Amino acid sequence: MAEKERLSRETMAFRVAKEFQDGMVVNLGIGIPTLCVNYPSPDKEILYHTENGALNFGPIATPEDGDLDLVNAGGQLVTTKPGMSLFSHDESFAMIRGGHIDLCVLGAMQVSEKGDLANWLLPERGIGSIGGGMDLAIGAKRLIVVMEHTTKDGQPKILRKCNYELTAPECVDMIVTDLAVIDVAKEGLVLKELAPGWTAAEVQGLTEPRLIVSSDVKEVEIM
Amino acid sequence: MAINKVVASFDEAVKDIFDGATILIGGFGTPGGSPSYLIEALSRQGAKDLTIVGNTVGIGKELMQVVASFMSVPEWWYDGGQLAANRQVRKGIAAFPVSASPLLVSPFEKQLRAGEVEIEIVPQGTLAERIRAAKAGIGAFYCPIGPGTMVEKGKETKVIDGKKHVLEYAIKADFGLIRAYKADRLGNLIYRGTSRTFNATMAGAAKVTIVEVDEVVDAGELDPERIATPALYIDRIVVRPDEGRAQIKQKISKEEQLQT
Repeated sequence: MAEKERLSRETMAFRVAKEFQDGMVVNLGIGIPTLCVNYPSPDKEILYHTENGALNFGPIATPEDGDLDLVNAGGQLVTTKPGMSLFSHDESFAMIRGGHIDLCVLGAMQVSEKGDLANWLLPERGIGSIGGGMDLAIGAKRLIVVMEHTTKDGQPKILRKCNYELTAPECVDMIVTDLAVIDVAKEGLVLKELAPGWTAAEVQGLTEPRLIVSSDVKEVEIM
Repeated sequence: MAINKVVASFDEAVKDIFDGATILIGGFGTPGGSPSYLIEALSRQGAKDLTIVGNTVGIGKELMQVVASFMSVPEWWYDGGQLAANRQVRKGIAAFPVSASPLLVSPFEKQLRAGEVEIEIVPQGTLAERIRAAKAGIGAFYCPIGPGTMVEKGKETKVIDGKKHVLEYAIKADFGLIRAYKADRLGNLIYRGTSRTFNATMAGAAKVTIVEVDEVVDAGELDPERIATPALYIDRIVVRPDEGRAQIKQKISKEEQLQT
């Protein structure tokens, strides 16, 4: 039987961006999170923060237009924007650690039912790069994880307990995957939205901990 | 006599770096912001058993061209990977010691796998603050990042406002190699764009801070309101040759606002 269609990376980013509220300070991790910048509705003014020392920077630059002295945390060349500010690394992490970032979006290798996050160390490599993930996971007021629901060989990435090294314990507030939108609540993982064509039972089958199906569970909106 | 911290060459600027020294290396890990010429000079100078401290430990020129496929990495560009490739590094202290992909293996990672070098992995903000603490004369501080992870291992902890914190010590270094845009002879600095990053954090954090700049201007030419690093943090200034500035120069007209 052919595998059912899952949400594209762009649709996942689109769904995450619906959480961005007008006036928020948002930090986007590397990978799918970076795509979110394309989707908040234009009537919202979002201030994007990057760890390497800029707030309210502009869109990705073209290679011809880019400037080696203006990059985001993913190393992409970005552009200037009216109202941009620049600062040192210690200042940038004072912003993060001090609770001045409203929302952070990160990728993940594993998330536990308590909202523990593992996103930096592949055991088979033996060494990884923590980067700013630990600081962001603890420091941001709200943390959304966006990731594929399962590993490349179909194993669940949402687990009772992470078996990879943790980035931070009990830090994830919401999980957006290519199959579902899940809230990390006190009572457990609450299944709020499903990818079109998928049932709660099917998603549960690819998730290790028990999911609490929300009484108003609905379909993820497609772009 | 008028103060003048400008030294004539990169070789002269790094000549007293000794075997076993701990060295802060500025920049973020991307081609902008790296003290390339100072690193190149240190690789010529040859000091060994170095501990290098930075956001990355450097991945080297070859790998950077693969990672940064979307831009052309300048000829003159170097990062700490050059020192690892040259077998001058004994230990790295970094937030981002290896590339994001396991398929892209740097000289440092190869040596790490062979057990020839050591690594201390530090969360990026904790790294910045441990460096800042050294500059600010603080011995150690309690930090909320790391509890419940391997970062906590072996560290003293304390619960403050109901939240567990770990005790993090200042990183004391012998030399700091940083990159800025312009200096005056006193050592006042301005940076460009996100190249301020760890460069401004590290300025003044080591016993000796050496800065490489595009240009030295007369005292008074830098607007005091815009000086990001005051003169007293800087010990030596070296000016890049033209080739290392050309790329930046073409941008200046439309990007004046990047001067910070």
